[in-house]
Amino acid sequence: MNLFSLIGDFSVFFFRSLFISWKIKTTKWRILEQVYHIGIGSLPIIIVIAIFTGLVSIVQTSYQLIGTVPRYILGTTLGRMVMIELGPILTALMVSGRCASSMAAEIGTMRVTEQIDALEVMAIDPYRFLNLPRIIGIFIALPILTVISEFVALICGAVYAHYFLDVPFSVFNYGLTHYFYAKDFFGGLIKSLFFALVIAASGCYFGFKVKGGAKEVGKAATYAVVTASILILVLDFLVALVIFG
Amino acid sequence: MIEVKNVSKKFDSLIVLDNVSFSVGDARLIVILGPSGTGKTVLLKAILGLTPVDSGEVLFDGKSIQAIDESEIYEIRKNIGFVFQGTALFDSMNVLDNIALPIVEHTSASTSEVKDKVVQILEIIGMSGKEKLYPRSLSGGMKRLVAVGRALALDPKYLFYDEPTTGLDPIMRDRVVNLIIDLKKKYAKSGIVVTHDLDTAKAVGDEIYMLKKGKISKVRQIRKEVYNG
Repeated sequence: MNLFSLIGDFSVFFFRSLFISWKIKTTKWRILEQVYHIGIGSLPIIIVIAIFTGLVSIVQTSYQLIGTVPRYILGTTLGRMVMIELGPILTALMVSGRCASSMAAEIGTMRVTEQIDALEVMAIDPYRFLNLPRIIGIFIALPILTVISEFVALICGAVYAHYFLDVPFSVFNYGLTHYFYAKDFFGGLIKSLFFALVIAASGCYFGFKVKGGAKEVGKAATYAVVTASILILVLDFLVALVIFG
Repeated sequence: MIEVKNVSKKFDSLIVLDNVSFSVGDARLIVILGPSGTGKTVLLKAILGLTPVDSGEVLFDGKSIQAIDESEIYEIRKNIGFVFQGTALFDSMNVLDNIALPIVEHTSASTSEVKDKVVQILEIIGMSGKEKLYPRSLSGGMKRLVAVGRALALDPKYLFYDEPTTGLDPIMRDRVVNLIIDLKKKYAKSGIVVTHDLDTAKAVGDEIYMLKKGKISKVRQIRKEVYNG
């Protein structure tokens, strides 16, 4: 399959998964299950990543700026950096590594063990049963995880600045809030919504297309993560261009 | 009534089904017999519309599945229960949820009604009290029985069995065979049994067809030398 037919097939698959009868009465529980699995399941690793994102960012920022600009700029810089870029993209990449691969492996295993055929035979649309809850689930969970990640990173940055860089909380907070633009925060969230769609679409697509056995399931998981990661970076640029460009 | 008319299917240059025709009447069990790898499962999946055919058509009560859209195929499939060779049970669900799934998806039954229906099905298949078990803790034979139970969930008119007794010990094999016969006699379930096991074919079939090199022919008397030759 060449690149263009792959993009076409991927797009058709994505829209076929989303624009169908949702049968919300039965699908809502599966959506909630995915929100829980993606959201709560990813929370520990997201918090760990956020802690170190905050710490590394404040160390790097202070190294480059302290002595040349007022100290409150640390709060401003960290805030904007985390909300516009680091929060959304690192959260998305972590969730991609954890969830796109598990979606591809789970759906791929269902494909090779004929469980997807079983759904078809039972007159249950596998696109609605398997893909829709995952797409909607991650669409809800990822922005929430992103906000939590940003909050944790900022708290850690502020704590480090207070105790190790001699920047009081009030000064850090002044820099953070005085130059706060809603566009930065919501722009980052809009990015995370796009990221959510490509993570779920990649996981479901490569799982669905598995033919063969365990080896192909493993390959599908790898393709899903690689594709989702590349698409996240491409979309990051495109959305940044539209919102902040 | 299911009518299979001149169905042909090939994969690359390999002809799997060559002008296959037969019909399944009410309360009749048709056995498709043939050695492994002859395309019996392909035939079953073609009848269900899961595998597209190259030519010919399949009619369910006069309606050709080649001429209708996906939503109508789904409506037809609600009248068919399919027992997969590998059972295809959902390993993330317990026995109750596996059997309940089609009922939950296609009816407005309450939780207690769904549970009652599952309990009733478990009694029919001789698996009472096993609701909470997961497929991983069931033996191959028990999985096959649960697969039959799931196929019965929507009380379908037709049941398709893909190698229902393959790999089972003699006791479990007899249990599955007796269940298939009971479902036909007591509940008037018509269907198709695909197997390579001569004893199963003889035990359950009202009519037996042999599928060999893509061609189908009616078998009047099973003789091992004919089957093997």
